[in-house]
Amino acid sequence: MVSIQLAIMVPFLAAIFIPFLYKKLPRIHIGWFVLIVPTALFIALARFIPAVAEGKTFLHTVQWIPSYGIHFTTYVDGLSIIFGLLITGIGSLVILYSIYYLSAKESLHHFYTYLLLFMGAMLGVVFSDNLMVLYVFWELTSISSFLLIAFWYHRKKSRYGAQKALLITFGGGMAMLTSFFMIYLITDTMSVREIISSIDTNHELFIPALILLLIGAFTKSAQYPFHIWLPDAMEAPTPVSAYLHSATMVKAGIYLVARFTPVFGSSEVWFWLVSSIGLITLFWGSFNAVRQIDLKALLAYSTISQLGLIMSLFGIGSIAHQLGVSENSIIYTQASFAALFHLVNHSTFKGALFMVVGIVDHEVGTRDIRRLGGLMAFMPVSFTIALIGSFSMAGLPPFNGFLSKEMFFEAVVNVSQSSIFSVHSLGLLFPIVAWIASVLTFVYCMIIVFKTFLGPYHPEKLEHGAHEAKIGMLVSPIILGSLIVGIFIFPNVLGDYLLRPGLASIFPSFPLDEMTKPISLWHGFNPALFMTIGVVVVGIIIFQIIRRRKSLYFPPSKWTFDQLYNSTLEQMEVRGFRITTLYMTGSLRDYLVYIFLFLIASVGGIFIFTDAFTFDLSNNAPISIYEILIVFAMLTAGIAIIFAKSRITAILLNGVLGYSIALLFVLFRAPDLALTQLVVETVTTALFLLCFYFLPKQEKENSPQKTKRMNLIVSILVGIIFVSVALSVHSGKLFETISAYFENAYELAGANNIVNAILGDFRAFDTMLEVIVLFIGGIGVYTLIKLKARKGDENIENQ
Amino acid sequence: MIEVMLKISLTMFALAIVISLYRIIRGPSIPDRVIAMDMIGVNLISAIAAISILLNTKAYLEVILILGILAFISTIALSKFIERGVIIERKRDR
Repeated sequence: MVSIQLAIMVPFLAAIFIPFLYKKLPRIHIGWFVLIVPTALFIALARFIPAVAEGKTFLHTVQWIPSYGIHFTTYVDGLSIIFGLLITGIGSLVILYSIYYLSAKESLHHFYTYLLLFMGAMLGVVFSDNLMVLYVFWELTSISSFLLIAFWYHRKKSRYGAQKALLITFGGGMAMLTSFFMIYLITDTMSVREIISSIDTNHELFIPALILLLIGAFTKSAQYPFHIWLPDAMEAPTPVSAYLHSATMVKAGIYLVARFTPVFGSSEVWFWLVSSIGLITLFWGSFNAVRQIDLKALLAYSTISQLGLIMSLFGIGSIAHQLGVSENSIIYTQASFAALFHLVNHSTFKGALFMVVGIVDHEVGTRDIRRLGGLMAFMPVSFTIALIGSFSMAGLPPFNGFLSKEMFFEAVVNVSQSSIFSVHSLGLLFPIVAWIASVLTFVYCMIIVFKTFLGPYHPEKLEHGAHEAKIGMLVSPIILGSLIVGIFIFPNVLGDYLLRPGLASIFPSFPLDEMTKPISLWHGFNPALFMTIGVVVVGIIIFQIIRRRKSLYFPPSKWTFDQLYNSTLEQMEVRGFRITTLYMTGSLRDYLVYIFLFLIASVGGIFIFTDAFTFDLSNNAPISIYEILIVFAMLTAGIAIIFAKSRITAILLNGVLGYSIALLFVLFRAPDLALTQLVVETVTTALFLLCFYFLPKQEKENSPQKTKRMNLIVSILVGIIFVSVALSVHSGKLFETISAYFENAYELAGANNIVNAILGDFRAFDTMLEVIVLFIGGIGVYTLIKLKARKGDENIENQ
Repeated sequence: MIEVMLKISLTMFALAIVISLYRIIRGPSIPDRVIAMDMIGVNLISAIAAISILLNTKAYLEVILILGILAFISTIALSKFIERGVIIERKRDR
């Protein structure tokens, strides 16, 4: 059997070769080559079915980053094989469909490269056993989905939809990653199978990990309140919508929930979050779907709603983990079974419906329900498939949707009578909400069929006359349509070979044969059947009412999560800009104030908190009268600079300061320093005078009083801090100086002058770099003066 | 004896510098200030000479020389600046 690692990598490798093939073989539609990949993978995966049906699992490990315990481990069991077959099977059909859907004028190599990337990533998600690898593939699906949604990137709405999908799913992905880290902290392993056996439900990180994981799953699966990206992702080409946004990517969250049910399922929080969010999504999606006028948007909301249904079933199923192996828990495992069943069913009928909508769009030029009608006579095959798909989605008898909807009703009725997790107080809500949502589902399914294919035909509203699609385009929906009927007739083939092993991975510790019942076509007169009859009756009534009185279906479009999302983005930008302009004033003075305040706070704060200030006069040398006089002169000059009225006075006073320092050097017996200081001071003064000529006349400082006071306070504080630091450092001598070594300058370096010996011999490296600094300074000044922009040239400095 | 005299002279020089400083700060016109600056330079030369005698070293003779040159140059530069507004003139019009 083929290694699963290879199966995951094949789409990626194929994606590399697509552009080359596209260049080399421009005559043949590139999709035909791409079609080989998923078909071959489907066959390869299908060969696992018999073994998996017997309960075998396959584990392969390829080391990736062994030091962190990250291995590219794949695990094949019932759950992953269901998803693997869905991905490759529907993938093949979608690629076949897209060959006829996309014309050769589109940039097909981009399309198929993205699609293959997505397929490989999705296979990686479902087969990975390692958390980190799972996350890597998870984000790859987000990225490739982003690329596919924005396939027609010249459209503004495509870009908007892609950005929205990316932001929301990435946000969820981050939450999921955090959750994975927490799980790793709890269990100390990255392998999902080992986590199931070693999870500690009493760990303090258990609940946060659970919630963050669910946020990841909910964002990906478009659950309420994160569902808003899915309708906007409908700007993608229809094959993408059919593949990603109905059959595969949105089910990644479902997969995650199913995969982690053994880990978290015994928790009450898990049950309530998954089932209640699922039910809310179910209701909200179906409620909104009825309002849509665009067929694809309608299908998007119906996808949201159906995903909510599956999610809530998995939530109900998790009760079995709390109950353990017993007679009572069979109704809950049956709920999970229904979830898996509906998952497969939904992929079939939703894929078919999307393809039909794509055909309608392709052949007539619009998807607007108000402009469509009476297409049945022109497109009989599409009509038949749409009828099958919609009735299956509505849950009507001759189709597979009927079976899973019956099982769903059974599950919600059962859970409402349950006593665990204090369900009894809210239990009645489960069947009521489910029933209302089903009625609405029925209504929008009727809209798809009756508004599009029946009723009056308006040729003047359509871009071109209606006619049936090419046969190649119809092949994939026909296959899916026959699958819908086939699954209804032989549900147990699917149930025994795929769903039951899938259930075994959700309930690994359960004896499987006792826990499942076979799917029965007819299960007697039970509440579920009466609920379905009620759905049909009430649904027809509501459909008739809505048809006549459109305004009755009040559209509350003011307070939606779309509005919230948009205003959040807008406000974030506006507020961010405001905050940035608040402190990034562009004024050097303000930045200097920040820097000095930080210095005061950090150095001064440390001084105060550690009580580091020491003042010790005992080691000080005596102070002579000359030193006092010089310091007095410097103080006078220093203070006078601040109050100088003209620049030249300030420059002269600055010179006085410099010369006084030179005199101090003389007094402290540093002749070399005194020499240098004198020369440098003179040059500096001369340079100041040089600049002086170009400066405007000095104006009286007329900044507001508040600014002046601030400046005064900051400067005084900085002065105090530096003086106290210097005094403390001087008072707290820790060890002897190393200057005794340099006193041997004559023996060591043959020099009489210690200072020069240090500069040129002991520490010559510093001197070299100082020379380079002067060199760079010189070159800098030269270039600044010489390399001016000539007249008419652009100003180089401002670039 | 000589030490006391040197110390007295140093004090006098310091006082002279302080007085010149007063002239730099208050000097009603810029030439006043430049002359005061020159005064400080000369006083510094004398003070350093006295100090080097006091410290009994020859290490400061270069300082005295340099200071002499610099005081001269800077006074010239300042005077030229006051008179023409620039220190280093550009070449004549080409």
